[in-house]
Amino acid sequence: MATNASSQVVRTGAGARFVIYTLLAIFCLYYLLPLYVMVVNSLKPLSEIQAGGMMSLPREWTVAPWQSAWATAQIGVAATGLKPYFVNSILMVVPAVAISTVLGALNGYVLTKWRFRGDTIIFGLLLFGCFIPFQMVLIPMARMLGLMGLAGTVPGLVFVHLVYGIGFSTLYFRNYYQQFPTELVRAAMIDGAGFFTIFRRIMLPSSGPIAVVCIIWQFTNIWNDFLFGASFSDFDSQPMTVALNNLVQSSTGVKEYNVHFAGAIMAALPTLLVYIVAGRYFVRGLMAGSVKG
Amino acid sequence: MRSTIGKTVAAFAVLASSVSFAHAGDVEVLHWWTSGGEAAALNVLKQDLEKQGIGWQDMPVAGGGGTQAMTVLRARVTSGNAPTAVQMLGFDITDWAKEGALANLNDVASAEGWDDVVPGALQKFSKYDGQWVAAPVNVHSTNWVWANKAILDELGIAQPTTWDELVAAMQAVKDAGKVAVAHGGQAWQDATVFDAVAMATGGPEFYQKAFIDLDPDTLGSDTMKEAFDRMAVIRSFVDDNFSGRDWNLASAMVINGEAAFQFMGDWAKGEFLNAGKAPGEDFLCFRFPGTQDQVTFNSDQFALFKQGDTPSDEQAALAKAIMSPTFQSAFNVVKGSVPARVDVPDADFDACGKQGMKDLAAASSSGNLFGSMAHGHANPASIKNAMYDVITAHFNGEYDSETAVSELVSAVELAQ
Amino acid sequence: MATTANTRAGNDWLRNALPKLVLSPSFAMVVIFVYGFILFTFYLSFTDSRILPSYGLVGWENYAKLFKLRAWGIAIDNLLIFGSLYIIICCLLGLALAILLDQKIRAEGFIRTIYLYPMALSFIVTGTAWKWFLDPGIGLQAVMHSWGWESFAFEWIKDRDMAIYTIVIAAVWQTSGFVMAMFLAGLRGIDNEVLKAAQIDGASNWALYRRIVIPQLRPAFMSAFVVLAHMAIKSYDLIIALTGGGPGTATELPATFMYSYTFTRNQMGIGAASATIMLMSIAAIMVPYIWSELREKK
Repeated sequence: MATNASSQVVRTGAGARFVIYTLLAIFCLYYLLPLYVMVVNSLKPLSEIQAGGMMSLPREWTVAPWQSAWATAQIGVAATGLKPYFVNSILMVVPAVAISTVLGALNGYVLTKWRFRGDTIIFGLLLFGCFIPFQMVLIPMARMLGLMGLAGTVPGLVFVHLVYGIGFSTLYFRNYYQQFPTELVRAAMIDGAGFFTIFRRIMLPSSGPIAVVCIIWQFTNIWNDFLFGASFSDFDSQPMTVALNNLVQSSTGVKEYNVHFAGAIMAALPTLLVYIVAGRYFVRGLMAGSVKG
Repeated sequence: MRSTIGKTVAAFAVLASSVSFAHAGDVEVLHWWTSGGEAAALNVLKQDLEKQGIGWQDMPVAGGGGTQAMTVLRARVTSGNAPTAVQMLGFDITDWAKEGALANLNDVASAEGWDDVVPGALQKFSKYDGQWVAAPVNVHSTNWVWANKAILDELGIAQPTTWDELVAAMQAVKDAGKVAVAHGGQAWQDATVFDAVAMATGGPEFYQKAFIDLDPDTLGSDTMKEAFDRMAVIRSFVDDNFSGRDWNLASAMVINGEAAFQFMGDWAKGEFLNAGKAPGEDFLCFRFPGTQDQVTFNSDQFALFKQGDTPSDEQAALAKAIMSPTFQSAFNVVKGSVPARVDVPDADFDACGKQGMKDLAAASSSGNLFGSMAHGHANPASIKNAMYDVITAHFNGEYDSETAVSELVSAVELAQ
Repeated sequence: MATTANTRAGNDWLRNALPKLVLSPSFAMVVIFVYGFILFTFYLSFTDSRILPSYGLVGWENYAKLFKLRAWGIAIDNLLIFGSLYIIICCLLGLALAILLDQKIRAEGFIRTIYLYPMALSFIVTGTAWKWFLDPGIGLQAVMHSWGWESFAFEWIKDRDMAIYTIVIAAVWQTSGFVMAMFLAGLRGIDNEVLKAAQIDGASNWALYRRIVIPQLRPAFMSAFVVLAHMAIKSYDLIIALTGGGPGTATELPATFMYSYTFTRNQMGIGAASATIMLMSIAAIMVPYIWSELREKK
């Protein structure tokens, strides 16, 4: 695929390349600066932060804030650190991402290969749903979850994320499948293949890249969500962001900034991991479909 | 109108009881005390209950001084999954009581004699319609000044007792090249200062009329303009870098000797103690000049959500445990506040704590105890925030004092 | 399960209905949980709801109050400033970085990850890092001063008129990498035969990009626009963490306004009215876009 990149054609001289690398490096700095602030301060004792010098390197290096954020920091009454909340988040994120991706794929498949009257309007409605402000849905959603008996449960949270994630996952898959040659699907139909057979045998095997795009998007959004996680969870299902928030937002107590930063980086590690592992597929996936939409 | 909602809420609350009763004998507590000291203090309560065989299910949601928890509470109640007990402040308790969602604690209260030991100004929030609906944990008073003793000694400044002395003191500090007032420019902090300034400027009657009775004439009076003028004076003694600063970073400025004064509630004490400073030796705590006799307070209380016609045994046990003198003492020593009942011995408290307890008892008996406007104990949330808007805009130079006064009147009217 | 006679008919029916059946759960969810809730909010905006939904109708009162509130005007102005700058800068920066990164750069994967990672972090805490960095007392300005550049001044976050631009800086930091990835993907999809032909005709690199490459990225611009508009409208954490809406009310946005009136101030009716106005504005911009986009595909 990289063979038809525009870079194959555009040629740059040594001077221009120097400028390009310099610019890229400057922007690396821009993106890394906040991370620098966070990492540096997570490795300092609190007294050093309070004494000022928030931008300087630690005089005394310590990993105590990291240990504290992971296992001993006060989250509520119990000093458990963030550790137990990771499980809750994973229990919520994995099914929510999996289901919304599969549903998005099926929707995209229907909307491009099994078109019917009014399908465009349905897609438009799904897409516009992406723009609903979450603050607005909080109270009615709570009522509906109560009526469905899902209040304060992990399935309830999964359901909420599914509802508000379906628009984007459908968008990604629809735009991707639109590039996919319809002739192949037609041929398979003539051979007598059914709806699901075609999906499984023909569409799915080539959906890897877009699935990664969709998974990254959903994973990031659901993992980092605070509002739904706080409102629709119970004492035993609070996700990690709520715990992180509790760690960070103490109204009238001493703020342990070093522990906060350590906790924040820790909380982001699963998403970062997904980015690094899947990053190469990410761009390839976007390239193959969704952008050309 | 209200009553039908009340019924729905009550119905949901009943529904909730059936859900949470899956674990009989447990209490689920929604609160926002998550920082080291206060959470550890709450742990005392947890252990107390566990000794009686009652499990504690912790549901902490921090943020925005409890506003985040209140949002979660609304979602929880609407979904029919209300927690057993909820930490609440001031008018929130009244609002939920109006919806008919809170349990009646009169039996526990009369058996324990709460009526006699809780100051009347607090009872205004703990009771609704003659019924106890919440158990107060603490009383924070908000009209304190925290001062760096070394700076004051060095410059020969005596503890100011009037507005003029305070201005002179601030000027002396400024002339010496230090920051006079350590302040964080966040709406609630601006309002906390305004609270004390208004009380000092107009006295308790003015405070009552303006912030509690919301009398338009008082809100638009010249005294109010004077109060705004004084805010502008304080603004001129704040460093340029104040806006958005967290209150504890402002405290740190006083602790580190960069600044002389901070106007903040008694929770600031924890920061000083944590930095290894001793009251009376390294730092001073005294009432905002001109409010020596008054105490403006806010009080954290636990409201219990209805689970049936009478509160459950667990709820009663929780309420009782909260009000026990030993817990009140143990908790408040850590938290920096003072006990909500006036008969708790002050043996374990430090100098500032002892003074706080004395002031509270005195203010309560002389009718000088007022709910703090800045902390939602003088008027409901909508009005409080409308006042915040004006105070903050004025403090940040968007309004002059005259405009601020007229804006205050119209903002309060719009919010009602 | 069915007799042989009507199996075939049943199959045909199933074949026709299956796609619709597959789509129906998503459709039902969206109809109830998006459009149902929009109607509910619209209704609430005409009621006297305060702490919880209540059903006493008050006519247009909430809207009248809403437009009298100074904070709402500020929020709307800020959304216009913030939204347009954010979308434009993200697009330009994303495009520029994508073009630079497309020049056979060594360690491309590494640099790409650096540009992308801010998306992964929650603003609950990143906001603190930004707040420190922008704070003249401890951040960039203090560092410059300590390096001897005494006249350096960067106090935007403390300045009523400039604070909204610091929000743009942090927001661009978060999403421009994602936009870069979208454009990079678009660039890689361009057919280079056309480019080669143009180059033989003697077009310069600049002309090549301006005349041929960038016009072909139009769909990528459109996708970026949807994602960015969605992010701009929903910006909430960012404001709370960075400025809390201040100094004063200088960085209030509709999302913070709506949350504050609905939940903090217990004036749900006004909150619902602001949500309604906001949704109508979003619809006014988005519906024509979605419509034109979908129509072209037919």
